[in-house]
Amino acid sequence: MINKKIIAQDGISPLASRKGDGGVVSGGRLWILLLGFFDLDRWQEIWATITHNKSRSILTAFGVFWGMFMLVAMVGAGAALKQGMNSQIEGFATNSCFVWSEQTSEPYQGFKKGRNWNIQNDDLPVLINNIPEIQYLAPVLFGNSGTNNVTRNDKAGSFSVKGNYPAYNKIDESKLIYGRYINDIDIAEQRKVCVIGERVYEVLFPTKENPIGKNIQVNGIYFQVIGVAQHLSTINIGGEAKETVILPFSTMQQAFNQGNNVHFLAVTALPGIQVSVIEEKIQKILKTRNNIAPTDKTAVGGMNIEDQFTMFLYLGIGIASLIWFVGAGTLIAGGIGISNIMLVTVRERTKEIGIRRALGATPNNIISQIMTESIVLTLLAGLAGLMVGVGLLYMVGVALSQGDQFFKDPQISFSVAMLSFFILLIIGTLAGFLPAKRAMNIKPIEAIREE
Amino acid sequence: MINLTNINKTYFSESNSLHVLKGIDLHIASGEYVSIMGASGSGKSTLLNILGILDNYDSGEYLLNNKLIKNLSEKRAAAYRNEMIGFVFQSFNLINFKNALENVALPLYYKNVNRKRRNMIAMEYLDMMGLRDWATHMPSEMSGGQKQRVAIARAIISQPKILLADEPTGALDSHTTVEVMKVLRELNANGLTTILVTHERSVADETHKIIHIKDGMIENIEQKK
Repeated sequence: MINKKIIAQDGISPLASRKGDGGVVSGGRLWILLLGFFDLDRWQEIWATITHNKSRSILTAFGVFWGMFMLVAMVGAGAALKQGMNSQIEGFATNSCFVWSEQTSEPYQGFKKGRNWNIQNDDLPVLINNIPEIQYLAPVLFGNSGTNNVTRNDKAGSFSVKGNYPAYNKIDESKLIYGRYINDIDIAEQRKVCVIGERVYEVLFPTKENPIGKNIQVNGIYFQVIGVAQHLSTINIGGEAKETVILPFSTMQQAFNQGNNVHFLAVTALPGIQVSVIEEKIQKILKTRNNIAPTDKTAVGGMNIEDQFTMFLYLGIGIASLIWFVGAGTLIAGGIGISNIMLVTVRERTKEIGIRRALGATPNNIISQIMTESIVLTLLAGLAGLMVGVGLLYMVGVALSQGDQFFKDPQISFSVAMLSFFILLIIGTLAGFLPAKRAMNIKPIEAIREE
Repeated sequence: MINLTNINKTYFSESNSLHVLKGIDLHIASGEYVSIMGASGSGKSTLLNILGILDNYDSGEYLLNNKLIKNLSEKRAAAYRNEMIGFVFQSFNLINFKNALENVALPLYYKNVNRKRRNMIAMEYLDMMGLRDWATHMPSEMSGGQKQRVAIARAIISQPKILLADEPTGALDSHTTVEVMKVLRELNANGLTTILVTHERSVADETHKIIHIKDGMIENIEQKK
């Protein structure tokens, strides 16, 4: 039977056609290599090996899957924490400091210690003229806030009262729901106008009508509402911002008999200048002008927001580093797991690899096969981890969208996803390296030795 | 086709060394049908491995198709194996997660023949072996005789100069032994130089020349025809 066939089909007999079907020409070698890469067989081979031992592949891949999942989840959580922190301080100038007067603690130039003093209007132009590093200088005046000190018809509430300059809104920003903020003309003409906080608006205007142009009484004097402010950050100075009525600084000084007193200075430095620099200069000038001992440490009170922000910043960096350290560690552990299993696989496949070598596979063929298997396994597992992680972050994000703002919008950016993909590629390659090397060293003769 | 001059091979282990081949001189012409016989440990398998470029030798000279086979790089050795040598093994050595067609086509894969073409060629060879209907079967679904015929198809698909068979009938019953030997005979009749290692006299008797090896040396060469 066989005889007949071989003899009969001499046209395609292996011996008759020996010349015609010989080696592949070397001219298109690169092209052939490329074809080889996309060769269905190659991928079928890899798929066959991976699916051949399903449970083992899944267990192996789980390490990388988990590593990737953890990394994504933690990076997302870290981003959410940062986002949350940022939303707390949104609208607040990070390069600002605050200065106010305290009792003196040292006697100086005939003045005894324990003296009360005040920053004066006259100090302001001196500060601005002598400290070119100042970006904004906003004096603030605090008013009385007795019981039901703010009223409109039959509505009344107890609210803080502040006298501000327009520049204050550059330092501690509020969004205006209605109308506008205090402007320079309000200051110059000492207009009796006010900007009210959200809560003030709610209490005095319960019907949610447009409050612009309406009059309210603040500590016994009528002011016209020109705006409703929604405070952006959660940092509050001189009472809850939403429960505050803001008057023009000059109007307030005059209307409430504050003379030339300034209670509080909010200052920002020009970009690139450290706040501590201007803070020091302000202290020095104020001390000189107000007869305070240069060595007096407590007479000029101050707070430097920059320090707080720097702490926030380092906290963020610390969290991020920890996340990447742990995440990358888990990923690498997963990679080592893959490498380990691949080593076992190679040992199990010694015979198969030997057969391939005997049939003409070069060491390079074997290396590329093992490496590709490792990379495919790593990438599949990693992408699964990435997708599950992103899915989880999405769900958490939806669940949290109404709740607490300290943990906001957990998600990872596209660039982080691409970066982790790239890391996976490297891990897969490294994981495949040792097994591939071992596979390469398999001698066909050892592999196919008859038992 | 094959020229061996004073081939020596010694295996070294930790404590002792084993001189397996002691100066083998052998000439096998193109188209010959040769068997190598010998007791186990005589060195016949080592000789076959050297002929198949699966193992190297310490001294002497091996010319295959007028090419000196000595100190080859792995890549070159792989290329020579692919182009010039077909292997048939006692335990078939088919890849168990590939079907018959894919097993046969594998050498062409390493020759960078495209998939469609190599599957077509592989089908022709399977057909020659009478196994066309078994093309999509896995090795585990085939009998020993069928597996060996698949292995033979795989061995000859890249049109080698020589076919090396190491105990090709060792794992087969008498009926399938006859079947497989018939295939080998026909291949040789078509001009393929065939060398087989066996310890079965009946199998060796089918060949034209029997080389008896004893203690690493050629004891005698028995000319059948």
